[in-house]
Amino acid sequence: MAEISAGKAAEPARTQTRRERYDAAQRRRSLIIAAVSTLAVIAAIILLVPLAPGWEAVKRSFFNASVFERTFPGLVEAFLLNVMIFAWSAPMIALTGLAIALCRDVRAPALYPLRLFGALYTDVFRGLPVVLVIYLVGFGIPGLGLPRPYNNPLIWGTLALVLVYSAYVAEVIRSGIDGVHQSQRAAAASLGLGERDVMRYVVLPQALRAVVPANMNLFIALQKDVALLSFIGPVEIFRQAGIYKSLFANFTPYVGAAIIFLAITIPATRYADYLMHKQNRARS
Amino acid sequence: MSKLSLRGVRKRFGELEVCRGIDLDVGEGEMVCLIGASGSGKSTLLRCMNLLEPIDDGVILLDGEDIAEPGLDPAPVRQRIGIVFQSYNLFPHMTAAENVMLAPRRVKGLSREALKPAVTELFERFGLADRMGHYPDQLSGGQQQRVAIVRALAMQPEIMLFDEITSALDPELVGEVLDVLRSLRAQGMTMVLATHEMGFARELADTVCFLDAGRILEHGPPEQLFSAPKEPRTQAFLSRVL
Repeated sequence: MAEISAGKAAEPARTQTRRERYDAAQRRRSLIIAAVSTLAVIAAIILLVPLAPGWEAVKRSFFNASVFERTFPGLVEAFLLNVMIFAWSAPMIALTGLAIALCRDVRAPALYPLRLFGALYTDVFRGLPVVLVIYLVGFGIPGLGLPRPYNNPLIWGTLALVLVYSAYVAEVIRSGIDGVHQSQRAAAASLGLGERDVMRYVVLPQALRAVVPANMNLFIALQKDVALLSFIGPVEIFRQAGIYKSLFANFTPYVGAAIIFLAITIPATRYADYLMHKQNRARS
Repeated sequence: MSKLSLRGVRKRFGELEVCRGIDLDVGEGEMVCLIGASGSGKSTLLRCMNLLEPIDDGVILLDGEDIAEPGLDPAPVRQRIGIVFQSYNLFPHMTAAENVMLAPRRVKGLSREALKPAVTELFERFGLADRMGHYPDQLSGGQQQRVAIVRALAMQPEIMLFDEITSALDPELVGEVLDVLRSLRAQGMTMVLATHEMGFARELADTVCFLDAGRILEHGPPEQLFSAPKEPRTQAFLSRVL
């Protein structure tokens, strides 16, 4: 063994094996084909799209540089409200989702109503379009004639988001709980731990770790759906873009808003994918 | 009186009756080995003994008290009867030391500081002193299994059950785990093992039981059971594995 490795060390410029030469040739080939095909598609788009009869009109109303310049800072400012709504909704959603998931896992017969509630809750709020819940909660509850600070659409819009998204988060967490192997529960129970301790110290920590990527995807979707609150009043980025659109009679502000959303969501999605990939690798 | 007695224990999974009337006595400080082919009911029997599987019929007496009473809280019994599994089942999100301290902390209400000396001593005794801060996936199979044994011992059980604990290990790691069992034996721990290590059973067991299709077909001191088995099925099994 020692002699072989010593022999290797004495030969620094190792020649490629047959397999390595073949693999390198294959890689070069794939790279060239991919580059050529990508360039061909891009060239086709650049050449063909302007040939469309309405291209000049679309360019004026969607890609207007001066409108973009004048509205973009305002859009970024409005986006701060989205970020704020997201920032206070997300922890509420995480906690409510966890509570609902745990409701669905209780075994005691006295707590059966909780279980039933958990099941109903997830069924109802996953079964409704987000916009519909926002309308019903956002217009319905203030309609009860609530006094001043409590008729704020931000409160009720947030509640609507929490209702819908916690139902999804609850389902994701529950799948994580189900995914923890039975032998882990058996091992914990065999040490004399009670059911609650088994859940809290053994099952839940593993379940929550396993569902981090899935939950991240949900929170990315939430970041986008915050824009739906514009329907009940708050001037966040989507509504601000609408105001600019009317002001300038031009659709460019929507493109600006799209760019701002993508600047947040693309890195976040990539990161979630990376986490998912890492987890899959660790599992195999 | 026996430390642990089973009388007419029956357990079925759906259509399959895995334990078909088992009688067994384990005396204080005794080591009993269960041998037999896969599927003969060894593992299920062990899991019944510390109530991981509720039995359908029969009684299990621990110090003369029936612990198999349906509806009885199993947790206090499990504190007195530790079990170690073939697949270690360490908690992957905790270090070795955290794995060991979890149950004493939660069940007995002891603090980490109070537990530290005793737990450190256990790790040292089993040659794991430098592994306390490691996570299970940073340990070899043999080390993981020894941590699992330490974890069960930390609850200071009166009886230890071992469910084929060397079966998942590479051959060169089996020895270190068997050494742990030897030292427990020397201290007088009451133990029941399901095992395929015939040489080990022969060397150390007080009683060896041959299980076949959910029954204890034959039992006795190892020299008798291994050298002069009475039942043809025992003879057939032993001729295959020895």
